[in-house]
Amino acid sequence: MEIKMVNLTKIFTAKDKKEVHAVDHVDLTIPSGKLIGLLGPSGCGKSTTLYLIAGLLRQNEGHIYFEDDEVSEMPPEKRGIGLVFQNYALYPHMTVRENILFPLQNLKVEKDEAKARTLEMAELVGLQEMLDRKPKELSGGQQQRVAIARALVKRPRVLLLDEPLSNLDARLRLQTREEIKRIQRETGITTVFVTHDQEEAMSISDEIVVMKDGVIQQMGAPQAVYDKPNNLFVAKFLGNPQINVFDGEIRNKKVYVNNMAIASTKLADQKVKVGIRPEGFTVDNDKTSDFKFEINLVETIGRDTTLIIDIPGEEGGLLDKHSFKVIVDASHKIDSGQTVHFNVRPEKLHLFDLNGELLK
Amino acid sequence: METKNNWRAWLYLAPMLFLMAVFTFYPLFNAFVISVYRDYLPLANEGAGTISGYTLSNYSVIFNNQLFWQAVLNTFVLAFVSVPVSIIISLFISVGLKSIPKLKGFFQSIFFLPYVTNSIAVGMAFAVMFHRNHGLFNAILSWFGISAIDWIGGTATWWAQMGALMIFTIWESLAFKILVFTSGLQNIDKQYYDAARIDAASKWTIFKRITVPLLSPLIMYISITSLIGALKAYNSVIGLFGERLGGQPYSMITIVAFVYKYRSDFAFQGYYSYAAAGAIILFFITLLFSAMQTMVAKRRVHY
Ligand SMILES: Nc1ncnc2c1ncn2[C@@H]1O[C@H](COP(=O)(O)OP(=O)(O)OP(=O)(O)O)[C@@H](O)[C@H]1O
Ligand SMILES: [Mg+2]
Repeated sequence: MEIKMVNLTKIFTAKDKKEVHAVDHVDLTIPSGKLIGLLGPSGCGKSTTLYLIAGLLRQNEGHIYFEDDEVSEMPPEKRGIGLVFQNYALYPHMTVRENILFPLQNLKVEKDEAKARTLEMAELVGLQEMLDRKPKELSGGQQQRVAIARALVKRPRVLLLDEPLSNLDARLRLQTREEIKRIQRETGITTVFVTHDQEEAMSISDEIVVMKDGVIQQMGAPQAVYDKPNNLFVAKFLGNPQINVFDGEIRNKKVYVNNMAIASTKLADQKVKVGIRPEGFTVDNDKTSDFKFEINLVETIGRDTTLIIDIPGEEGGLLDKHSFKVIVDASHKIDSGQTVHFNVRPEKLHLFDLNGELLK
Repeated sequence: METKNNWRAWLYLAPMLFLMAVFTFYPLFNAFVISVYRDYLPLANEGAGTISGYTLSNYSVIFNNQLFWQAVLNTFVLAFVSVPVSIIISLFISVGLKSIPKLKGFFQSIFFLPYVTNSIAVGMAFAVMFHRNHGLFNAILSWFGISAIDWIGGTATWWAQMGALMIFTIWESLAFKILVFTSGLQNIDKQYYDAARIDAASKWTIFKRITVPLLSPLIMYISITSLIGALKAYNSVIGLFGERLGGQPYSMITIVAFVYKYRSDFAFQGYYSYAAAGAIILFFITLLFSAMQTMVAKRRVHY
């Protein structure tokens, strides 16, 4: 089921009459059968987008289509969606079985079939042993799986998940996200997965959509977006450790940071913001490159060595930070205090104009 | 830690315990003692305070009294009909109020007015409304072609009188219940309703399977307190029927009214003890029902 949003806008009016454009003229097509990660910082309008698709909120402008079926004015119960809420919203007075059965009873599914489907769902999410428990007798991860089962049991056209992993501890999070991926693959249902955790979105999604202030910034396969960010916001939002951004300048087809030439370019002379991924640096053992720093701190974890480099004040031209991170292979023997020369991998270097738009 | 601070806990509790001892436990104990006096005359009379021994026969006198059983019947019918009916009505009103957020405050005040009005005064107003010839109720019935009913007059049937008393009692008790339920509804997480809509639940299903169960602790609480209150009905009878306690004398008597009647007739030897015995019986009836409801609540209210 393809979901198409056209010019979708939702404006909230706060008590003080201030308008919040929670979703701002969004045009977005979610391909059928894919798992899409909707990603953005807190308050950017992810939940609002999801609730608009679900019909729990009504848009001020724009249209929503499921395939060719316009659902813009349809109440939620008619849209055939499954929704997993941020804190699950399992009915506390019903057992797991009753929770999963509830939508089927409302849809007047015949009793035996409803029973069979409930069992089938419980098996899919691995909860067949817990059917007679109350939600409060389950762990967070188990509750989350009940919520998924309840959402899926009615065979919805679309599955919407609102930060479903945010209440889980780190280990359970990893485990459950694999689970969601597996369930989505097995059912082939079009799924929108909301999260503010970029790593989560990158690892689980077929495609990610990055959002900021109600506006879609970029959509694409996770690696593609990571490799070719459209703007500085996307570049900074994806990747951990964050991309390093320097104030730089292009002179005579060369990119300078702090008067050190670091790369060549075809772009015209101008001031730029230079983004270099931490893994985009290579150590220049011949010490011929111009791009050199004194290393402050060295952390080796497994295969990688992280070099932390402090830049005093404005001198280094580092944007809104005083230190940055470089990840190199652990085979390099580097000590703190040493000065290291770097080369920059061209594919890890991104040049933005001063407004943060990618320069091409 | 716990044992060390025990004396502190007792100290904090002391004022309350003292007041309860003086004003609750002692009178209760005293009522029980009076209820087993033989031939007791209270202090205000000649030969006051004398008794000729102890006996349980006061209880058997009451149990053989036709009026006592009338009082029990009236009280039980009133309590066991008005409490559930008023709970159901106030639930519907509270849920209704929730769906009109703009007018909610206004209606909430209206529904709350009866609570802050004296029930004797309200009873008088209702007595006028139940008047056979000039009353509002009969006027409304006449629109539907139903001939005038004597609700509270000398020719009123028991059913008509009970009906009038019931309407009055229910109306009067709605205010507090609506107040409690509306605030209870506010505490239910909105996400459950969103989830239920996603789960394609109808309005009625949502009411039945989400709202009521989630309110069940409150419903339990309200039903226990209202039932106890209703078993002690008295004001409403006086308000509506005056001292005659009914269309015909004593036809709407309640247990408390029965107690009060014998208490007032203390000039007769032993009557004071009958009143005390009636009060003790009422005490055990209320105790029994609240214990039963607490037990049910333990089984039914579960999350
Ligand atoms: N009912 C509402 N009334 C007014 N403003 C609202 C309402 N709901 C959301 N907003 C505002 O709309 C914006 C988007 O909110 P939304 O809940 O969609 O954010 P989000 O991306 O889901 O954030 P989070 O990651 O914190 O859940 C926020 O600025 C929020 O304050
Ligand atoms: Mg949210």
